Amino acid sequence: MGGTGTTTLNLKLKVWRQNNPQAEGHFEDYDVEGISTDASFLEMLDVVNNRLVKEGKDPIAFDHDCREGICGSCSMTINGNPHGPQRGTTTCQLHMRKFKTGDSITVEPFRAKAFPVIKDLAVNRSAFDKIIASGGYVSVNAGNAPDANARPVPKDVAANAFMAAACIGCGACVAACTNSSAMLFVGAKVSHLGLLPQGDPERERRVLNMMQTMEDAGFGNCSNTGACSLACPKEISFERIANLNSEFLRATVKNRNTSGSVG
Amino acid sequence: MKYLMSTIGRKQLMAVTGLLWSGFVLSHMAGNFLMFVGAEAYNKYSYFLVSNPLIYLAEAALVLTILVHAVSGIRLAIQNRNARPQKYSMTPSGDKAPRFQSRWMAFHGSLILVFLVYHLITFKFGTYYSVTYDGVEMRDIHRLLIEVFQSPAYVVGYIFCVIAVGFHLSHGFYSSFATLGLYHPRYSAMLNKFGYFYGFIVAGGFISQPLYVFFVAGK
Ligand code: SF4
Ligand code: FES
Repeated sequence: MGGTGTTTLNLKLKVWRQNNPQAEGHFEDYDVEGISTDASFLEMLDVVNNRLVKEGKDPIAFDHDCREGICGSCSMTINGNPHGPQRGTTTCQLHMRKFKTGDSITVEPFRAKAFPVIKDLAVNRSAFDKIIASGGYVSVNAGNAPDANARPVPKDVAANAFMAAACIGCGACVAACTNSSAMLFVGAKVSHLGLLPQGDPERERRVLNMMQTMEDAGFGNCSNTGACSLACPKEISFERIANLNSEFLRATVKNRNTSGSVG
Repeated sequence: MKYLMSTIGRKQLMAVTGLLWSGFVLSHMAGNFLMFVGAEAYNKYSYFLVSNPLIYLAEAALVLTILVHAVSGIRLAIQNRNARPQKYSMTPSGDKAPRFQSRWMAFHGSLILVFLVYHLITFKFGTYYSVTYDGVEMRDIHRLLIEVFQSPAYVVGYIFCVIAVGFHLSHGFYSSFATLGLYHPRYSAMLNKFGYFYGFIVAGGFISQPLYVFFVAGK
Protein backbone atom coordinates (compact mmCIF):
# COMPACT_ATOMS: atom_id res chain seq x y z
CA MET A 1 0.00 0.00 0.00
CA GLY A 2 1.02 3.60 -0.07
CA GLY A 3 3.10 5.00 -2.86
CA THR A 4 2.65 8.26 -4.59
CA GLY A 5 -0.73 9.52 -5.63
CA THR A 6 -2.69 7.46 -3.14
CA THR A 7 -6.05 8.97 -2.45
CA THR A 8 -9.12 7.67 -0.80
CA LEU A 9 -12.60 7.10 -2.12
CA ASN A 10 -16.06 7.32 -0.69
CA LEU A 11 -18.44 4.91 -2.34
CA LYS A 12 -22.05 3.82 -2.30
CA LEU A 13 -22.21 0.05 -2.41
CA LYS A 14 -25.27 -1.95 -3.25
CA VAL A 15 -24.61 -5.57 -2.42
CA TRP A 16 -26.71 -8.68 -2.99
CA ARG A 17 -27.44 -10.40 0.31
CA GLN A 18 -28.92 -13.88 0.33
CA ASN A 19 -28.74 -16.13 3.35
CA ASN A 20 -28.91 -19.51 1.67
CA PRO A 21 -29.70 -21.05 -1.72
CA GLN A 22 -33.44 -21.12 -1.01
CA ALA A 23 -33.75 -17.63 0.46
CA GLU A 24 -35.08 -14.68 -1.48
CA GLY A 25 -32.14 -12.36 -1.95
CA HIS A 26 -32.19 -8.60 -1.82
CA PHE A 27 -29.84 -5.66 -2.25
CA GLU A 28 -28.47 -3.84 0.75
CA ASP A 29 -26.86 -0.40 0.66
CA TYR A 30 -23.58 0.43 2.37
CA ASP A 31 -21.82 3.79 2.49
CA VAL A 32 -18.10 3.15 2.61
CA GLU A 33 -15.54 5.83 3.28
CA GLY A 34 -11.80 6.20 3.09
CA ILE A 35 -11.03 3.36 0.68
CA SER A 36 -7.47 3.59 -0.68
CA THR A 37 -7.19 3.69 -4.44
CA ASP A 38 -4.40 1.14 -4.03
CA ALA A 39 -6.76 -1.40 -2.52
CA SER A 40 -8.07 -4.25 -4.61
CA PHE A 41 -11.79 -4.75 -4.93
CA LEU A 42 -11.63 -7.67 -2.51
CA GLU A 43 -9.66 -5.61 -0.01
CA MET A 44 -12.37 -3.00 -0.20
CA LEU A 45 -14.91 -5.72 0.66
CA ASP A 46 -12.64 -6.82 3.52
CA VAL A 47 -12.83 -3.30 4.92
CA VAL A 48 -16.61 -3.37 4.70
CA ASN A 49 -16.71 -6.79 6.33
CA ASN A 50 -14.47 -5.68 9.20
CA ARG A 51 -16.90 -2.93 9.88
CA LEU A 52 -19.90 -5.27 9.66
CA VAL A 53 -18.28 -7.71 12.08
CA LYS A 54 -17.53 -4.88 14.51
CA GLU A 55 -21.15 -3.84 14.34
CA GLY A 56 -22.15 -7.40 15.11
CA LYS A 57 -23.60 -7.93 11.65
CA ASP A 58 -23.19 -10.77 9.20
CA PRO A 59 -20.24 -10.13 6.84
CA ILE A 60 -20.69 -10.36 3.09
CA ALA A 61 -19.81 -13.85 1.88
CA PHE A 62 -17.65 -14.01 -1.23
CA ASP A 63 -15.23 -16.53 -2.70
CA HIS A 64 -11.53 -15.84 -2.92
CA ASP A 65 -8.33 -17.75 -2.62
CA CYS A 66 -5.14 -16.81 -4.44
CA ARG A 67 -5.85 -13.09 -4.82
CA GLU A 68 -3.39 -13.05 -7.66
CA GLY A 69 -5.60 -13.82 -10.61
CA ILE A 70 -4.88 -17.51 -11.06
CA CYS A 71 -7.38 -19.56 -9.09
CA GLY A 72 -10.62 -18.25 -10.51
CA SER A 73 -12.47 -18.15 -7.17
CA CYS A 74 -13.31 -14.49 -6.89
CA SER A 75 -16.60 -14.52 -8.72
CA MET A 76 -18.83 -11.49 -8.57
CA THR A 77 -20.60 -9.16 -10.93
CA ILE A 78 -19.69 -5.51 -10.54
CA ASN A 79 -22.05 -3.01 -12.14
CA GLY A 80 -23.23 -5.71 -14.53
CA ASN A 81 -19.73 -6.79 -15.49
CA PRO A 82 -18.36 -10.09 -14.19
CA HIS A 83 -14.99 -9.27 -12.55
CA GLY A 84 -15.69 -5.56 -12.97
CA PRO A 85 -15.14 -3.02 -15.72
CA GLN A 86 -11.54 -3.74 -16.69
CA ARG A 87 -10.78 -6.26 -19.44
CA GLY A 88 -8.48 -9.18 -18.72
CA THR A 89 -8.70 -8.80 -14.95
CA THR A 90 -10.07 -10.88 -12.09
CA THR A 91 -11.92 -9.18 -9.24
CA CYS A 92 -8.96 -9.74 -6.92
CA GLN A 93 -6.70 -7.93 -9.38
CA LEU A 94 -9.09 -5.07 -9.92
CA HIS A 95 -7.94 -1.92 -8.19
CA MET A 96 -10.12 0.69 -6.63
CA ARG A 97 -8.37 3.37 -8.67
CA LYS A 98 -10.68 2.26 -11.47
CA PHE A 99 -13.48 3.96 -9.57
CA LYS A 100 -14.17 7.55 -8.64
CA THR A 101 -15.21 8.92 -5.32
CA GLY A 102 -18.98 9.12 -5.07
CA ASP A 103 -19.49 6.15 -7.45
CA SER A 104 -22.37 3.78 -6.87
CA ILE A 105 -21.24 0.19 -7.25
CA THR A 106 -23.71 -2.66 -7.56
CA VAL A 107 -22.28 -6.04 -6.61
CA GLU A 108 -24.20 -9.18 -7.50
CA PRO A 109 -23.30 -12.86 -7.65
CA PHE A 110 -22.69 -14.63 -10.95
CA ARG A 111 -26.21 -15.46 -11.96
CA ALA A 112 -27.10 -18.70 -13.70
CA LYS A 113 -29.33 -21.64 -12.95
CA ALA A 114 -26.27 -23.88 -13.11
CA PHE A 115 -24.47 -21.69 -10.55
CA PRO A 116 -26.85 -21.55 -7.58
CA VAL A 117 -26.06 -18.98 -4.91
CA ILE A 118 -24.61 -20.49 -1.74
CA LYS A 119 -24.67 -17.25 0.22
CA ASP A 120 -24.50 -13.60 -0.83
CA LEU A 121 -21.89 -13.43 -3.61
CA ALA A 122 -20.62 -16.99 -3.33
CA VAL A 123 -22.01 -19.38 -5.93
CA ASN A 124 -21.68 -23.10 -6.40
CA ARG A 125 -19.73 -23.78 -9.56
CA SER A 126 -19.49 -27.55 -9.25
CA ALA A 127 -21.31 -27.81 -12.59
CA PHE A 128 -17.92 -26.93 -14.10
CA ASP A 129 -16.33 -29.83 -12.23
CA LYS A 130 -18.94 -32.14 -13.71
CA ILE A 131 -18.12 -30.88 -17.19
CA ILE A 132 -14.41 -31.46 -16.59
CA ALA A 133 -15.03 -34.93 -15.19
CA SER A 134 -16.95 -35.85 -18.32
CA GLY A 135 -14.04 -35.22 -20.67
CA GLY A 136 -11.55 -32.63 -19.52
CA TYR A 137 -8.69 -35.06 -19.05
CA VAL A 138 -6.09 -36.94 -21.06
CA SER A 139 -5.04 -40.57 -21.02
CA VAL A 140 -1.55 -40.49 -19.67
CA ASN A 141 1.03 -43.15 -19.40
CA ALA A 142 1.66 -43.21 -15.69
CA GLY A 143 5.14 -44.63 -16.06
CA ASN A 144 8.37 -42.70 -16.28
CA ALA A 145 8.33 -39.19 -17.68
CA PRO A 146 8.55 -39.52 -21.47
CA ASP A 147 11.39 -37.96 -23.36
CA ALA A 148 10.57 -34.34 -24.04
CA ASN A 149 11.20 -34.68 -27.74
CA ALA A 150 9.38 -37.96 -28.17
CA ARG A 151 6.20 -36.21 -29.25
CA PRO A 152 6.93 -33.36 -31.58
CA VAL A 153 4.44 -30.48 -31.23
CA PRO A 154 4.82 -27.55 -33.61
CA LYS A 155 5.42 -24.25 -31.86
CA ASP A 156 2.24 -22.59 -33.15
CA VAL A 157 0.09 -25.50 -32.04
CA ALA A 158 1.71 -25.46 -28.62
CA ALA A 159 1.16 -21.72 -28.34
CA ASN A 160 -2.45 -22.05 -29.40
CA ALA A 161 -3.10 -24.82 -26.90
CA PHE A 162 -1.37 -22.80 -24.22
CA MET A 163 -3.59 -19.78 -24.82
CA ALA A 164 -6.64 -22.00 -24.33
CA ALA A 165 -5.03 -23.55 -21.26
CA ALA A 166 -4.96 -20.12 -19.61
CA CYS A 167 -8.63 -20.58 -18.64
CA ILE A 168 -8.91 -20.57 -14.85
CA GLY A 169 -12.44 -21.93 -14.75
CA CYS A 170 -13.85 -18.86 -13.04
CA GLY A 171 -17.23 -18.91 -14.75
CA ALA A 172 -17.27 -15.26 -15.79
CA CYS A 173 -18.08 -16.37 -19.34
CA VAL A 174 -21.30 -17.95 -18.07
CA ALA A 175 -22.06 -14.93 -15.91
CA ALA A 176 -21.60 -12.49 -18.79
CA CYS A 177 -23.48 -14.54 -21.35
CA THR A 178 -27.01 -13.40 -22.01
CA ASN A 179 -27.84 -17.11 -22.37
CA SER A 180 -25.77 -18.36 -19.41
CA SER A 181 -23.88 -20.60 -21.79
CA ALA A 182 -20.65 -22.29 -20.78
CA MET A 183 -19.39 -22.71 -24.31
CA LEU A 184 -16.31 -20.53 -23.90
CA PHE A 185 -15.20 -22.63 -20.96
CA VAL A 186 -15.93 -25.90 -22.76
CA GLY A 187 -14.35 -24.54 -25.94
CA ALA A 188 -11.20 -23.60 -24.04
CA LYS A 189 -10.87 -27.12 -22.64
CA VAL A 190 -11.65 -28.77 -25.97
CA SER A 191 -9.04 -26.65 -27.76
CA HIS A 192 -6.46 -26.96 -25.05
CA LEU A 193 -6.61 -30.75 -24.84
CA GLY A 194 -7.65 -31.57 -28.38
CA LEU A 195 -4.85 -29.65 -30.04
CA LEU A 196 -2.14 -31.67 -28.36
CA PRO A 197 -1.18 -35.25 -29.16
CA GLN A 198 -1.68 -36.24 -25.51
CA GLY A 199 -5.33 -35.30 -25.74
CA ASP A 200 -5.96 -36.82 -29.13
CA PRO A 201 -7.24 -40.27 -28.08
CA GLU A 202 -10.32 -38.76 -26.42
CA ARG A 203 -10.82 -36.02 -28.98
CA GLU A 204 -14.27 -37.03 -30.20
CA ARG A 205 -15.55 -38.46 -26.97
CA ARG A 206 -14.45 -35.38 -25.07
CA VAL A 207 -16.38 -32.84 -27.07
CA LEU A 208 -19.57 -34.92 -27.25
CA ASN A 209 -19.56 -35.75 -23.56
CA MET A 210 -18.60 -32.30 -22.33
CA MET A 211 -21.34 -30.69 -24.41
CA GLN A 212 -23.89 -33.20 -23.18
CA THR A 213 -22.89 -32.53 -19.58
CA MET A 214 -23.04 -28.80 -20.16
CA GLU A 215 -26.59 -29.06 -21.50
CA ASP A 216 -27.70 -31.38 -18.72
CA ALA A 217 -26.33 -28.99 -16.10
CA GLY A 218 -28.78 -26.31 -17.26
CA PHE A 219 -26.44 -23.92 -19.03
CA GLY A 220 -27.88 -22.07 -22.02
CA ASN A 221 -26.77 -22.04 -25.63
CA CYS A 222 -24.32 -19.70 -27.27
CA SER A 223 -25.75 -17.12 -29.63
CA ASN A 224 -22.33 -15.69 -30.51
CA THR A 225 -22.69 -12.36 -28.74
CA GLY A 226 -19.04 -12.56 -27.69
CA ALA A 227 -19.78 -11.16 -24.21
CA CYS A 228 -17.96 -14.16 -22.68
CA SER A 229 -14.67 -13.35 -24.28
CA LEU A 230 -14.94 -9.68 -23.30
CA ALA A 231 -15.60 -10.62 -19.68
CA CYS A 232 -13.01 -13.40 -19.49
CA PRO A 233 -10.15 -12.40 -17.17
CA LYS A 234 -7.81 -14.53 -19.27
CA GLU A 235 -9.20 -13.12 -22.52
CA ILE A 236 -9.90 -16.55 -23.95
CA SER A 237 -10.70 -15.97 -27.60
CA PHE A 238 -14.20 -16.28 -28.98
CA GLU A 239 -12.57 -18.46 -31.63
CA ARG A 240 -12.73 -21.31 -29.07
CA ILE A 241 -16.47 -21.41 -29.48
CA ALA A 242 -16.31 -21.62 -33.25
CA ASN A 243 -13.71 -24.33 -32.84
CA LEU A 244 -15.98 -26.15 -30.40
CA ASN A 245 -18.76 -26.04 -32.99
CA SER A 246 -16.61 -27.53 -35.71
CA GLU A 247 -15.15 -30.11 -33.31
CA PHE A 248 -18.68 -31.10 -32.35
CA LEU A 249 -19.68 -31.55 -35.98
CA ARG A 250 -16.51 -33.50 -36.69
CA ALA A 251 -17.02 -35.73 -33.67
CA THR A 252 -20.63 -36.36 -34.64
CA VAL A 253 -19.53 -37.57 -38.05
CA LYS A 254 -16.54 -39.55 -36.82
CA ASN A 255 -17.83 -41.11 -33.66
CA ARG A 256 -19.27 -44.58 -34.37
CA ASN A 257 -20.11 -45.66 -30.90
CA THR A 258 -22.31 -43.76 -28.52
CA SER A 259 -20.91 -45.73 -25.61
CA GLY A 260 -17.80 -43.65 -25.96
CA SER A 261 -15.33 -45.43 -28.20
CA VAL A 262 -12.79 -43.45 -30.09
CA GLY A 263 -13.76 -42.62 -33.64
CA MET B 1 -31.03 -38.28 -34.51
CA LYS B 2 -28.88 -37.37 -31.58
CA TYR B 3 -27.11 -34.59 -33.44
CA LEU B 4 -30.37 -32.80 -34.16
CA MET B 5 -31.39 -33.02 -30.52
CA SER B 6 -28.14 -31.43 -29.40
CA THR B 7 -28.06 -27.69 -29.03
CA ILE B 8 -25.10 -27.27 -31.37
CA GLY B 9 -26.85 -29.42 -33.94
CA ARG B 10 -29.96 -27.29 -33.74
CA LYS B 11 -27.96 -24.11 -34.01
CA GLN B 12 -26.08 -25.39 -37.03
CA LEU B 13 -29.45 -26.08 -38.60
CA MET B 14 -30.43 -22.50 -37.77
CA ALA B 15 -27.21 -21.23 -39.30
CA VAL B 16 -27.79 -23.03 -42.60
CA THR B 17 -31.44 -22.03 -42.83
CA GLY B 18 -30.60 -18.50 -41.77
CA LEU B 19 -27.97 -18.17 -44.48
CA LEU B 20 -30.45 -19.45 -47.06
CA TRP B 21 -32.93 -16.81 -46.02
CA SER B 22 -30.22 -14.14 -46.00
CA GLY B 23 -29.69 -14.92 -49.67
CA PHE B 24 -33.42 -14.86 -50.30
CA VAL B 25 -34.07 -11.49 -48.69
CA LEU B 26 -31.20 -9.94 -50.62
CA SER B 27 -32.57 -11.19 -53.93
CA HIS B 28 -36.08 -10.16 -52.93
CA MET B 29 -34.85 -6.68 -52.08
CA ALA B 30 -32.92 -6.43 -55.33
CA GLY B 31 -35.88 -7.66 -57.40
CA ASN B 32 -38.15 -5.10 -55.79
CA PHE B 33 -36.03 -2.32 -57.25
CA LEU B 34 -37.80 -2.98 -60.54
CA MET B 35 -40.63 -0.87 -59.12
CA PHE B 36 -38.37 2.11 -59.74
CA VAL B 37 -38.34 1.13 -63.41
CA GLY B 38 -42.10 0.98 -63.69
CA ALA B 39 -45.23 -1.06 -63.29
CA GLU B 40 -44.68 -3.18 -66.35
CA ALA B 41 -41.15 -4.27 -65.46
CA TYR B 42 -42.25 -5.04 -61.92
CA ASN B 43 -45.30 -7.05 -62.92
CA LYS B 44 -43.45 -8.96 -65.60
CA TYR B 45 -40.72 -9.89 -63.14
CA SER B 46 -43.29 -11.11 -60.67
CA TYR B 47 -45.05 -13.05 -63.43
CA PHE B 48 -41.75 -14.57 -64.48
CA LEU B 49 -41.20 -15.80 -60.93
CA VAL B 50 -44.65 -17.24 -60.30
CA SER B 51 -45.05 -18.83 -63.73
CA ASN B 52 -41.89 -20.82 -63.30
CA PRO B 53 -42.79 -24.38 -62.19
CA LEU B 54 -39.78 -24.37 -59.87
CA ILE B 55 -41.56 -21.76 -57.77
CA TYR B 56 -43.39 -24.47 -55.82
CA LEU B 57 -40.13 -26.11 -54.91
CA ALA B 58 -38.61 -22.79 -53.91
CA GLU B 59 -41.66 -21.82 -51.87
CA ALA B 60 -41.75 -25.16 -50.14
CA ALA B 61 -38.06 -24.82 -49.31
CA LEU B 62 -38.56 -21.32 -47.94
CA VAL B 63 -41.49 -22.34 -45.78
CA LEU B 64 -39.70 -25.40 -44.50
CA THR B 65 -36.47 -23.60 -43.70
CA ILE B 66 -38.17 -20.69 -41.95
CA LEU B 67 -40.15 -23.14 -39.84
CA VAL B 68 -37.03 -25.05 -38.87
CA HIS B 69 -35.28 -21.77 -38.11
CA ALA B 70 -38.14 -20.36 -36.06
CA VAL B 71 -38.97 -23.52 -34.14
CA SER B 72 -35.32 -24.15 -33.23
CA GLY B 73 -34.89 -20.50 -32.35
CA ILE B 74 -37.89 -20.46 -30.05
CA ARG B 75 -36.83 -23.69 -28.33
CA LEU B 76 -33.31 -22.41 -27.77
CA ALA B 77 -34.57 -19.05 -26.57
CA ILE B 78 -36.80 -20.73 -23.99
CA GLN B 79 -33.90 -22.86 -22.77
CA ASN B 80 -31.72 -19.79 -22.57
CA ARG B 81 -34.27 -17.88 -20.54
CA ASN B 82 -34.56 -20.78 -18.14
CA ALA B 83 -30.80 -20.89 -17.74
CA ARG B 84 -30.98 -17.68 -15.71
CA PRO B 85 -34.04 -17.68 -13.46
CA GLN B 86 -32.81 -14.75 -11.36
CA LYS B 87 -32.04 -11.81 -13.65
CA TYR B 88 -29.27 -9.29 -13.14
CA SER B 89 -30.03 -5.77 -12.06
CA MET B 90 -27.45 -4.51 -14.57
CA THR B 91 -26.00 -5.91 -17.78
CA PRO B 92 -22.44 -5.84 -19.13
CA SER B 93 -21.39 -2.37 -20.18
CA GLY B 94 -18.38 -0.32 -21.23
CA ASP B 95 -15.41 -2.35 -22.41
CA LYS B 96 -17.27 -5.54 -21.76
CA ALA B 97 -20.50 -4.79 -23.62
CA PRO B 98 -21.36 -6.99 -26.60
CA ARG B 99 -23.06 -5.56 -29.68
CA PHE B 100 -26.55 -4.76 -28.60
CA GLN B 101 -28.41 -6.40 -31.50
CA SER B 102 -26.76 -9.73 -30.69
CA ARG B 103 -28.55 -9.80 -27.35
CA TRP B 104 -31.94 -9.34 -28.99
CA MET B 105 -31.94 -12.00 -31.70
CA ALA B 106 -34.98 -13.82 -30.34
CA PHE B 107 -36.77 -10.51 -29.97
CA HIS B 108 -36.33 -9.20 -33.49
CA GLY B 109 -36.61 -12.75 -34.76
CA SER B 110 -40.13 -13.01 -33.33
CA LEU B 111 -41.04 -9.60 -34.67
CA ILE B 112 -39.84 -10.65 -38.12
CA LEU B 113 -41.90 -13.84 -37.98
CA VAL B 114 -45.08 -11.91 -37.22
CA PHE B 115 -44.22 -9.39 -39.90
CA LEU B 116 -43.58 -12.15 -42.41
CA VAL B 117 -47.03 -13.64 -41.92
CA TYR B 118 -48.64 -10.21 -42.17
CA HIS B 119 -46.56 -9.40 -45.23
CA LEU B 120 -47.72 -12.56 -47.01
CA ILE B 121 -51.35 -11.79 -46.16
CA THR B 122 -50.98 -8.26 -47.54
CA PHE B 123 -49.23 -9.11 -50.76
CA LYS B 124 -49.19 -12.75 -51.73
CA PHE B 125 -52.74 -13.33 -50.54
CA GLY B 126 -53.89 -9.76 -51.03
CA THR B 127 -56.30 -8.29 -53.59
CA TYR B 128 -55.82 -9.74 -57.03
CA TYR B 129 -55.79 -7.10 -59.75
CA SER B 130 -54.98 -8.21 -63.24
CA VAL B 131 -53.37 -6.52 -66.16
CA THR B 132 -52.51 -7.60 -69.69
CA TYR B 133 -49.19 -6.99 -71.39
CA ASP B 134 -48.61 -8.19 -74.97
CA GLY B 135 -51.69 -10.39 -74.75
CA VAL B 136 -50.56 -12.15 -71.54
CA GLU B 137 -52.75 -11.71 -68.54
CA MET B 138 -50.89 -11.40 -65.26
CA ARG B 139 -51.29 -10.10 -61.74
CA ASP B 140 -50.99 -6.35 -61.31
CA ILE B 141 -49.05 -6.63 -58.07
CA HIS B 142 -47.67 -3.16 -58.68
CA ARG B 143 -51.12 -1.64 -58.24
CA LEU B 144 -51.58 -3.37 -54.92
CA LEU B 145 -48.16 -2.16 -53.85
CA ILE B 146 -48.98 1.44 -54.64
CA GLU B 147 -52.26 1.12 -52.78
CA VAL B 148 -50.75 -0.44 -49.66
CA PHE B 149 -47.94 2.07 -49.35
CA GLN B 150 -50.34 5.02 -49.44
CA SER B 151 -50.95 4.50 -45.77
CA PRO B 152 -48.39 6.33 -43.64
CA ALA B 153 -48.98 3.90 -40.79
CA TYR B 154 -48.22 0.95 -43.02
CA VAL B 155 -45.06 2.61 -44.31
CA VAL B 156 -43.84 3.35 -40.80
CA GLY B 157 -44.63 -0.16 -39.58
CA TYR B 158 -42.97 -1.67 -42.60
CA ILE B 159 -39.82 0.37 -42.13
CA PHE B 160 -39.67 -0.55 -38.46
CA CYS B 161 -39.86 -4.22 -39.36
CA VAL B 162 -37.24 -4.11 -42.08
CA ILE B 163 -34.88 -2.33 -39.70
CA ALA B 164 -35.38 -5.33 -37.42
CA VAL B 165 -34.49 -7.53 -40.40
CA GLY B 166 -31.32 -5.50 -40.88
CA PHE B 167 -30.31 -5.93 -37.25
CA HIS B 168 -31.12 -9.61 -37.34
CA LEU B 169 -28.96 -10.09 -40.43
CA SER B 170 -26.11 -7.96 -39.13
CA HIS B 171 -25.57 -10.38 -36.28
CA GLY B 172 -27.01 -13.50 -37.88
CA PHE B 173 -24.78 -13.50 -40.90
CA TYR B 174 -21.55 -13.52 -38.95
CA SER B 175 -23.01 -15.67 -36.22
CA SER B 176 -23.95 -18.40 -38.71
CA PHE B 177 -20.37 -18.84 -39.77
CA ALA B 178 -19.17 -19.04 -36.17
CA THR B 179 -21.84 -21.63 -35.40
CA LEU B 180 -20.76 -23.70 -38.36
CA GLY B 181 -17.26 -23.57 -36.94
CA LEU B 182 -15.80 -21.34 -39.62
CA TYR B 183 -13.66 -18.82 -37.88
CA HIS B 184 -10.37 -17.18 -38.57
CA PRO B 185 -8.94 -14.29 -36.54
CA ARG B 186 -8.46 -12.13 -39.61
CA TYR B 187 -11.29 -13.14 -41.93
CA SER B 188 -13.89 -13.30 -39.19
CA ALA B 189 -13.31 -9.65 -38.37
CA MET B 190 -13.96 -8.92 -42.03
CA LEU B 191 -16.98 -11.20 -42.05
CA ASN B 192 -18.28 -9.36 -39.03
CA LYS B 193 -18.06 -6.04 -40.86
CA PHE B 194 -19.56 -7.61 -43.93
CA GLY B 195 -22.51 -8.75 -41.79
CA TYR B 196 -23.17 -5.16 -40.83
CA PHE B 197 -22.88 -4.10 -44.44
CA TYR B 198 -25.24 -6.87 -45.50
CA GLY B 199 -27.84 -5.90 -42.94
CA PHE B 200 -27.48 -2.27 -43.84
CA ILE B 201 -27.89 -2.89 -47.58
CA VAL B 202 -30.91 -5.13 -47.16
CA ALA B 203 -32.63 -2.79 -44.70
CA GLY B 204 -31.67 0.28 -46.72
CA GLY B 205 -33.07 -1.20 -49.93
CA PHE B 206 -36.31 -2.26 -48.29
CA ILE B 207 -36.69 1.17 -46.70
CA SER B 208 -36.17 3.08 -49.93
CA GLN B 209 -38.95 1.22 -51.72
CA PRO B 210 -42.01 2.19 -49.64
CA LEU B 211 -40.63 5.72 -49.33
CA TYR B 212 -40.37 5.92 -53.09
CA VAL B 213 -43.95 4.76 -53.47
CA PHE B 214 -45.22 7.05 -50.77
CA PHE B 215 -43.46 10.20 -51.93
CA VAL B 216 -43.00 9.68 -55.67
CA ALA B 217 -44.73 6.81 -57.44
CA GLY B 218 -48.02 7.04 -55.56
CA LYS B 219 -48.58 10.72 -56.29
S1 SF4 C 1 -13.14 -19.08 -20.35
FE1 SF4 C 1 -12.44 -17.26 -19.22
S2 SF4 C 1 -14.32 -16.55 -18.20
FE2 SF4 C 1 -14.70 -18.65 -18.78
S3 SF4 C 1 -14.10 -19.90 -17.04
FE3 SF4 C 1 -12.30 -19.78 -18.37
S4 SF4 C 1 -11.14 -18.03 -17.59
FE4 SF4 C 1 -13.20 -17.84 -16.71
S1 FES D 1 -8.86 -14.89 -5.83
FE1 FES D 1 -7.80 -16.25 -7.19
S2 FES D 1 -8.27 -15.39 -9.11
FE2 FES D 1 -9.10 -13.93 -7.75
